[in-house]
Amino acid sequence: MSFRPDHELHGRRLSRNIGLGVTLVAFVALVFALTVVKVTRGDPMQGFDHTVRPELDRTTQP
Amino acid sequence: MSDVQANPLNGEAQFGDYVALLKPRVMSLVVFTALVGLLVAPVGVHPVVGFAAILFVALGAGASGALNMWWDADIDAVMKRTQSRPVPAGKVQAGEALGLGLALSGIAVVMLALAANLFAAGLLAFTIFFYAVVYSMWLKRLTPQNIVIGGAAGAFPPMIGWAVATGGVSVESALMFGLIFMWTPPHFWALALFMKEDYHKAGVPMLTVTHGRAETRRQILIYTVLLIPISIWAALTTIGGPFTLATAVVLNAIFLKGAFDIWKRAEPQAEADKYAVEKLFFKFSLGYLFLHFAAFLVEALLKTYGLGGWA
Repeated sequence: MSFRPDHELHGRRLSRNIGLGVTLVAFVALVFALTVVKVTRGDPMQGFDHTVRPELDRTTQP
Repeated sequence: MSDVQANPLNGEAQFGDYVALLKPRVMSLVVFTALVGLLVAPVGVHPVVGFAAILFVALGAGASGALNMWWDADIDAVMKRTQSRPVPAGKVQAGEALGLGLALSGIAVVMLALAANLFAAGLLAFTIFFYAVVYSMWLKRLTPQNIVIGGAAGAFPPMIGWAVATGGVSVESALMFGLIFMWTPPHFWALALFMKEDYHKAGVPMLTVTHGRAETRRQILIYTVLLIPISIWAALTTIGGPFTLATAVVLNAIFLKGAFDIWKRAEPQAEADKYAVEKLFFKFSLGYLFLHFAAFLVEALLKTYGLGGWA
C-alpha cells in the first residue's frame, strides 16, 4: 500500500519501463529462436579470423 | 518559470508515444507488402527466419518514420493532420526521436543481415537513407515531384522481402516495386486535393500548390494510366496467374474510372460535394494495393494445390 497517491508522471514512467522490459525480453527470445534455427539447420558457423580457412572458400567446395 | 516547471509532464512520454513515432499505420503496409514479397518468392524461408526478417524490415521502416518526425517537427506542428504526432504535441523531444531513429536503423539493418542476408540488409539500409535523407531532408520541401520520388521508399519493402528469400532481385520483385511506386502519386495527390489547407499552410510544395488543382487532377489520371501496364505485366509473370490477372483487370478498371472522374471534375463541383469523389478514390487506392498484393499471395497458395500460376 502506498502512502502517497501516484502522480500521472509515475504512470507514464511505469508504462515506459514495462514497455522497454517487454521489448527486450521479446528481442532476447527472438535472437535465441534464430540461433536455434541456424544451428540446427547447419548454417555456416565460421567467419574469417585472420587465418586462412580453406573450408570457408566456396570456390574450393565441391 | 520555465515550461518544464509549469508542466512536469512535458517530455514524460508514455511507451505508446515512442510506438507512435514509428508510424504504425505505415508500418502495417510495409509488413504486408514485405511479407508478400517473401512468400511469393520461389525459394522457401524457415518461418522463424521469415518472421524475424519481416520484423526487422518493419523496425527499419519505423526507424525512418522516427527520423522523418524529427526532421519535419516544424511542419508537422502546422498541419492539422500531423499536429498530434508525439514531437509537435510535446510528448517526445525532437532529439529523442533522432536518437531512437538512428538506433533502431542500426539494429534493424544489422539484425536483418544476421537473420537473412547482406543484400536484403543493404536494401533496407538504402530504403531508410532514401526516405529519411533523400525524401524528408532533401526533396520534400524542394520540388512538387517529392511524392513521386518519395514513393520509391515505400516501394522497396516487397523487394526486400523477395531478397530475404532469394538473396537478389528479379523482374518480379522489380514489378512489385513498380506497382507501389506508380500507385503512390495518385494516392497522395488525391489526399492533397481534399487536405488542401494543410500543405499550403506548411509551405510544402505539393503539386496542388505549385501547379494548381486542375494539373493535379490530370497527373492523377496520367499516373493511373501508367500504373496499369505494370500491374498487368506483374500478373503475367511467375508470381501471377489467371486469378491475379482477373483481380488486376477489375482493380485497374475501378481505379481508372475513379481517376477519370477526378480528372473531369471542376473545383466548384468538388467543393459542392465536399470532395466526395476524391475521398472515395483515396479510400479505394488503399484497397487497390492491399487486394493486388493479396492476389499474389492467393496465387502462391493456389500453386501449392497445383491450381494457380501460368504453367
